[in-house]
Amino acid sequence: MKVTRYDLIVIGAGPAGLSAAIEAAKKGVKPIVFDENAKPGGQLFKQIHKFFGSKEHKAKIRGFKIGEDLLKEAEEYGVEVVLNATVVGLYSEKEVVVKIGEEVKHFKGDAVLVATGAAENMVNFPGWTLPGVIGAGAAQTMMNLHHIKPGERVLMLGSGNVGLVVSFQLMQSGCEVVALADAAPRIGGYGVHAAKVARTGVPFYLSHTIKEVEGTDRVTGVTIAQVDSHFQFIPGTEKHFDVDTVCVAVGLSPMAQLLKMCGVEMVDTRGGFIPKCDDTGATSIPGVYAAGDVAGIEEASSAMIEGRMSGAAIATYLGYMTEEEKTERIAELEKALGSLRKGMFAPENRGKLIEKTDEGIDISMNLLEKGYVADEEIARFPGVTKRRKVHPVMECTQNIPCNPCQDACKKGCITIGDNITSLPIVDPSVDCINCGMCVASCSGQAIFLVEEEVEPGLGEVTMPYEFLPLPKEGDKGMGLGRDGREIVEVTVSRVRTSPAYDHTNLLTVKVPMEHLDAVRFYRPIA
Amino acid sequence: MLDIQGKLEEIGPYVPAADDDLLVCRCEEVTKGEIRKAVHQGITTIEEMRRYLRSGMGLCQGQTCGNMVKRIMAQELKVSPVEIVPATSRVPMRPIEMEIAAEDGGLES
Repeated sequence: MKVTRYDLIVIGAGPAGLSAAIEAAKKGVKPIVFDENAKPGGQLFKQIHKFFGSKEHKAKIRGFKIGEDLLKEAEEYGVEVVLNATVVGLYSEKEVVVKIGEEVKHFKGDAVLVATGAAENMVNFPGWTLPGVIGAGAAQTMMNLHHIKPGERVLMLGSGNVGLVVSFQLMQSGCEVVALADAAPRIGGYGVHAAKVARTGVPFYLSHTIKEVEGTDRVTGVTIAQVDSHFQFIPGTEKHFDVDTVCVAVGLSPMAQLLKMCGVEMVDTRGGFIPKCDDTGATSIPGVYAAGDVAGIEEASSAMIEGRMSGAAIATYLGYMTEEEKTERIAELEKALGSLRKGMFAPENRGKLIEKTDEGIDISMNLLEKGYVADEEIARFPGVTKRRKVHPVMECTQNIPCNPCQDACKKGCITIGDNITSLPIVDPSVDCINCGMCVASCSGQAIFLVEEEVEPGLGEVTMPYEFLPLPKEGDKGMGLGRDGREIVEVTVSRVRTSPAYDHTNLLTVKVPMEHLDAVRFYRPIA
Repeated sequence: MLDIQGKLEEIGPYVPAADDDLLVCRCEEVTKGEIRKAVHQGITTIEEMRRYLRSGMGLCQGQTCGNMVKRIMAQELKVSPVEIVPATSRVPMRPIEMEIAAEDGGLES
């Protein structure tokens, strides 16, 4: 039997696996990467939204573009990627059994990195096996990879970042999202992601879950109901929606079976069954590493850094890098990873109710329970100021690791400082030039430009707008509030698109002065 | 090692529930009631459940139902899901055609 040897065998060509292979290849390691899919990149090519973080984390760049850059870098460093290659076995001697095409082939690595990612969780309720009940990840694959609309009317279960981001993308692809439900009492994902969904008019039902999905051969409706603190249904709280699709976004589970198979010491946690490993992903078996979601669910930005750390550790293990070089590189990467893991959504804060920002400002409870900051709450945040002249209004109200707005403003209106989780502060003494770069740079779509009295009784609101067809100057539509409520008819006064905005269009509408602080979205009149 | 007799006494007899017909493992068509009943018959680990009811033994290999089976078992056994002993991981980790498995080592060998 033929066994082919490699310095490093990476299982999974997602953000973690590719980053590790690149990092190791830079030092002279010859890696091979296997992936069971027809295309590399893992979930990155499904991510059409702009990423959070700072420049070093590729913030404000859309996920698929980060994927393209990663593939280019892999090619540049001679990383061999084998697609349609399903790893079916991994043994403690680092032997890897791979089904490639119609054959089973054997490989042996001096080091092996498992970067197999995670799978979507499911919940079962009557009707969960009906066609039309799909995972949120599946909906994303249909929309963003295959350009297929998953349905017409959708209910989303789950208010984590996946549920929120996919709800927004469903609307972008032309679906109607009738409601977003979550059994938890508070929204799990970023407030800015919730707010951009809420302002389009999608109602949030927290402490609610699916009681039943109706239909005989496919989904025709869904009933949700409120649950008490023990997650038991409260009779009489049922709400029915006519839908053809129910999307489930209730978390991910690491796909760590290969690690268990090869004998790595494992630990069962609330976040899934994962390998015991150190910061570089080294497991209990020397030379066997794990990186990315398989070692604990996070997101793509941290998976890429974890991958780089494993890559450096593997290069050292194989003798391509000195201990000193490794220590220096790991310290650099740990700093980058540390800044992503700060703030309200840091891993250690999972499930905790945080009532104040780092700055000591009360968090909006409306945001956590309904998806939007109430009109009377918004003024207490430092990005929200009032001026007659045009100025940014930054509705960024939670400590999340993100700071592209600070660099976007060349005039210095916006300050976040060295701590990337700080809330942005708007300096009212600096004149805004209405360039719109901050609006387009905000991955959370939380920045608006506001100008009072552009003509008697009317002001202007400029908002990020990522829906098609794009409204035209002179169009009339409804101005919606943060809660998605129709407030007043508004007129489009300007539509800006630019390569520098990277597909975030800037829509300026004229709003009666009394509603200037409330209108935050535009709905064309059908 | 779990004292199965002691555990079964502690959790009491199987009590039918309204949602016993709910499908859990769709590949092998195993219901919630069947899983609950099996627990009362002394099945306490995922491995045993897979052998006894074939839950998680179909095409998806438990990728979809694995956590749900674990949760139902934990609830029935009155323990935390992390205490349920997981199944052994073995080759092939993904479904593979017998024809291809038979060519292990490649066609030329």
